[in-house]
Amino acid sequence: MATTVDAPPTPPPPAPPVKQDRRAGTGRLAALLVSPTMLVLALVVAYPILAAFRLSFYRDNDGIDPETGLVQSGETFVGLDNFTDMFSGDAGERFRNALMNTTTFTVVAVSIEVVLGVLMALVMHRAFKGRALVRAAILVPWAVPTAIAGLLWRWIFQADGVVNKILDLDEPVLWTTDGIQAWFAVIIADTWKTAPFIGLLVLAGLQVISNEVYEAAKLDGASPWKTFWSITLPLVKPTLLVAVLFRILDTLRLFDLPFTLIGPGKDATDTITVIAYEEAVKFGKYGPASAYSIFLFAYVAVVAFVFVKLLGADVLGTRDGKKGR
Amino acid sequence: MTTTLDAPPRAAAATLGKGRPWYWWAPYAGIGAIVLYCLSPFYWMLVSSLRRSNDIFSDAPVPSPFSVENYSAAFSEDNGFLRALLNSFLVAGITTVLVLLIGTLTAYALARLDFRFKNLVLGIVMVTSMFPTISLLVPLLELFSSIGWINTYQAMIVPSMSFALPLAVWNLTAFFRQMPTELEEAAQIDGCTPAQAFRKVILPLAAPGVFTTAIITFIAAWNEFIIALSVVNEKSLKTAPVISSQFTGTTDFDAPFGTQMAAGVIVTIPLVILVLLFQRRIVAGLTAGGVK
Repeated sequence: MATTVDAPPTPPPPAPPVKQDRRAGTGRLAALLVSPTMLVLALVVAYPILAAFRLSFYRDNDGIDPETGLVQSGETFVGLDNFTDMFSGDAGERFRNALMNTTTFTVVAVSIEVVLGVLMALVMHRAFKGRALVRAAILVPWAVPTAIAGLLWRWIFQADGVVNKILDLDEPVLWTTDGIQAWFAVIIADTWKTAPFIGLLVLAGLQVISNEVYEAAKLDGASPWKTFWSITLPLVKPTLLVAVLFRILDTLRLFDLPFTLIGPGKDATDTITVIAYEEAVKFGKYGPASAYSIFLFAYVAVVAFVFVKLLGADVLGTRDGKKGR
Repeated sequence: MTTTLDAPPRAAAATLGKGRPWYWWAPYAGIGAIVLYCLSPFYWMLVSSLRRSNDIFSDAPVPSPFSVENYSAAFSEDNGFLRALLNSFLVAGITTVLVLLIGTLTAYALARLDFRFKNLVLGIVMVTSMFPTISLLVPLLELFSSIGWINTYQAMIVPSMSFALPLAVWNLTAFFRQMPTELEEAAQIDGCTPAQAFRKVILPLAAPGVFTTAIITFIAAWNEFIIALSVVNEKSLKTAPVISSQFTGTTDFDAPFGTQMAAGVIVTIPLVILVLLFQRRIVAGLTAGGVK
């Protein structure tokens, strides 16, 4: 990490006090520049997370107080009840189903997206003509708001929509109602929206691989397949790992697509975010909603930890920095 | 940035001077497939929006006759779509401006100044961008209802900063790092303080990076859905994506797809234009901010 602040190349002889001043000035300046961001993040991220944690141990009072006959208000501390309820009874069933959907969406969608994304990147990397066209095209799915993409795919997957016309089955598939086909519809829509983006990131990784490596492989007579597995893939792995981590974290909080493409309250496509949203916004039950969202938060944290610590995903780009930028 | 990957060595040698290998078309087919994959659903939205509501279920690849019926339906008084577009511009615009004001300063410090806890700050910025929105939203919703912020712009703008600010700081830090440090060294030798070096030398030169970050942040804020959906239930304050998803037809069972597609095109077109105009920069920004 080369810095610029201290030590001008030829410091005048009585430099030390001046240098001292600058250093102190730098620290103060840094604090001044960084604190607004930290303050905002404390307000809009740290405070809500702590509040959600607290809320997850409470439950709103409802119903009529048997002694006074008045409608109850306020909230009661219920300990771990909101969490234990996630694994028992009807609410538990709904939650476990949502957890399952969240997980299967993430595993399946991200796997398909990575394969497609890498393929797209390889194609784009070889294309000499039409690169501007393909780059523009690939940004379109990324730019379409996810909620709008949901509506678009809902239209495409209508009972008398274009997918069923192309499939031309005896019975139209009711894609947007419920069931495994709705699950597939969400996967397809998510893949459409994000595989090109992975392609873009992997392409950036491919472009920094030096040509000499490929020349050497060619001289050694490596097949294209072998070249891909032993050279290309290991060299884009750092890029790919970070892209996959971010895609996984994004898919774990999937909401817009199931919500606008299928609609809430469907067994096949409700994710944790969808049921937490429903609890909070529709029913005003902040306690259980917070418990769901805290669970999701922990899930995300564990996945991120695994990627960073065990797989070595370099999210901060510090390794890059050490190479001397 | 050429590669030599496309032909295995022997084949390449064999075809030297004999013209192209037999699979010369493969990259073009690949390019075609990608373009088709990315654009065909979008094209379908565009085509459907331009049909008459009577032939909305037609599968002709080009609408005949063309009709703007769906667009006038989308903008009809009772949908409040025009107001929703304005709301989206306000929320996304204010979020972007606030985030850039704060983020530029922090990014400069992170990229250029040497101070204690720098990696901690970097880590905090990165980690906060990983948090699921719903975990922040539930308690904020409770807070906003108790302080009367439900159905206000700030209830959408403040939570949006939770994802927009890390995004902006991250992108800008990458941009500032790419700028040669000699510039500030020169400025400092000439007697500038770090603050002056930032204001007089770095900021003007970083304008393209700041601009690109502004576009990326704006698009992210414009596309935000769950916050706007949750903290606002008054029609006149809803954003365009929320309004579009809640259009109702003449009956409950008749989803107004044509109108929705028209609204979808209108919500998306500004972004597609931005993307087409600035594709090079956006790609540079996304890959620098997202991967490095």
